[in-house]
Amino acid sequence: MKVHEYQGKEILRKYGVATPQGTACFSVDEAVTAAEKLGGHLWVVKAQIYAGGRGKGGGVKLARSIDEVRQLAGKILNMTLVTHQTGAKGRIVHRLLIEQGVDTSKEYYVGMVVDRGRQRVCMMASSEGGMDIEQVAVDTPEKIHKVFINPMKGLTDEGADEVINKIGIPDVCAAEARQLLQALYKAFDDTDASLLEINPLTLTTDNHVMALDAKINFDDNALFRHADIVELRDLDEEDPEEIEAAKHDLSYIPLDGNIGCLVNGAGLAMATMDIIKLYGGNPANFLDVGGGATAEKVTEAFKLMLHNPELQAILVNIFGGIMKCDVIAEGVVMAARQVELTVPLIVRLEGTNVALGKEILAESGLPIISADNMADAAKKAVTAAASFSPAG
Amino acid sequence: MSILINKDSRIMTQGITGKTGQFHTRMCREYANGQECFIAGVNPRKPGENFEGIPIYATVKEAKQATGATVSVIYVPPPFAAAAIDEAVEAELDLVICITEGIPVRDMLLTRYKMLGKKTLLIGPNCPGIITPDEVKIGIMPGYIHKKGRIGVVSRSGTLTYEAVAQLMELGLGQSTCIGIGGDPVNGLKHLDVLKLFNEDDETDAVLMVGEIGGSDEEECARWVKDNMQKPVVGFIAGVTAPPGRRMGHAGAIISGGKGTAQEKIAVMEACGINVTRNPAEMGKLLKSAL
Repeated sequence: MKVHEYQGKEILRKYGVATPQGTACFSVDEAVTAAEKLGGHLWVVKAQIYAGGRGKGGGVKLARSIDEVRQLAGKILNMTLVTHQTGAKGRIVHRLLIEQGVDTSKEYYVGMVVDRGRQRVCMMASSEGGMDIEQVAVDTPEKIHKVFINPMKGLTDEGADEVINKIGIPDVCAAEARQLLQALYKAFDDTDASLLEINPLTLTTDNHVMALDAKINFDDNALFRHADIVELRDLDEEDPEEIEAAKHDLSYIPLDGNIGCLVNGAGLAMATMDIIKLYGGNPANFLDVGGGATAEKVTEAFKLMLHNPELQAILVNIFGGIMKCDVIAEGVVMAARQVELTVPLIVRLEGTNVALGKEILAESGLPIISADNMADAAKKAVTAAASFSPAG
Repeated sequence: MSILINKDSRIMTQGITGKTGQFHTRMCREYANGQECFIAGVNPRKPGENFEGIPIYATVKEAKQATGATVSVIYVPPPFAAAAIDEAVEAELDLVICITEGIPVRDMLLTRYKMLGKKTLLIGPNCPGIITPDEVKIGIMPGYIHKKGRIGVVSRSGTLTYEAVAQLMELGLGQSTCIGIGGDPVNGLKHLDVLKLFNEDDETDAVLMVGEIGGSDEEECARWVKDNMQKPVVGFIAGVTAPPGRRMGHAGAIISGGKGTAQEKIAVMEACGINVTRNPAEMGKLLKSAL
């Protein structure tokens, strides 16, 4: 799960991480009032969307007067912000963060992720703040320093100091920086974060360190123990179909092809997408119905796929293990009837009670194209999609 | 020999009284030598009771002492599953198989840290389990699709493993042992660990290695294979068409920061002499061609 920058900063402040003063706003008037309250002579108007790259896309601007705050807030609010992370469609900006401007003398990068190979949380830091860190990692990997954190000890003084020295934070604020880094780790650990990025971590002209940005993702598996974080979820930022899918315990990701896939198991679902592509087609989605696919779940899955106007065929690929093929077949028949299927349906069943399952499909009277194996299914789906033309 | 488990394994079930634990314990018992193999259950609230004749103990340690079981399978719900693994490690079991899906990563980081220097091996979490066909199955895979033979199978996912096994069976190739190592980012045995075991197993002639996007386990394994493996290894990597930054079902199946793509994995595997098919319908065929 993701949260907005301003929410991330609120969480970090609880751990004593210094951030600029700021207020989240939903209208231009609110933005103006917030800027007036903050006072000073420099403000930052920041679009709040989940995707990164907001600055380059024109979603982060400096204002030197209240009038400018008004003007910029009007411009950014409700704009469609396109960044390298939003895709070409972009995201509409519904929220702003109005912050006090900070006089910066140097920018750093600090991030944390779980390193799978080492099975530790890795703190990554760089003297090249404010940049696209993935690019820094490619161009100048020597400028990224990593510290692996012992989960029992947390970020030790030595660990923090190593980071500080390597990225060259001046001695005068080393003690403050150490506290900040340790607070960041504490926040990461306490909240079950899966990613935390401060880009930039800034050195102010009066020698303080401060988190100018905050990006935090949380481990979905741990949300059950963080009701306060779950409340921050902004459904406007999520794909409505994925939200709908999640309600039915389906794992669904829309893609830009035209062959819908309904599969049990994530690995087999990916493999099914791959084989469609291999035979010259394009998968319309990833969809894992999970281990306990019921007729209801299959019906919901069909509905989701049929929302896609590009859809030209559906491929069902089920390897029934514990889940029996006859149960799935009944589910498919029921779903196909209920949603009044308009595109060709190709079904490949394998595993427990497969003969019975195929019989149910054949006797249903529905125009189901039956396939004997994965390759056969993919070929038939690609052919069916290519020759499909919607009625009328 | 097979690897890790055989008909003489003695197994306890942690979480035996839950719906999932009951169902799969029953299925595992019905498979091959399961009746002799599954001999204990653990539930701290129900010591002294039994599940269809299998005695239940309060702790792993007590179950081990009373029955001699040295392997455990875990069906405990996610919030408590890491603690269940810890308990099995503390009791110095040889092998723990954690089926549970959805364990918080932070819990697994701590659990893996506590396992350092301990003897217990872990398979999973979020995995289908392990089977030595016609001897014993520990986990949720359908037993009947397997047959004893000389091919080792290791995979991160469930149904894709069954698919691989079905393709092998179509060609008359049985399996020595099949292991699903699970789809989580922080887990126990990796492809590399399993390949090492297959390499040393007299009853395994060749290995089918099925991977997927995310992490770099397959690459590390491939580099080891290049210098050390004495048997043919062939592979498939799922997720060539997966978009970056999206979690494809499994918590660990995600391309992030440009790392963990299928293309990258396939390139490294091929450079290390592992034949990789792009076609998931030809895993069995490719393995057969390598024999």
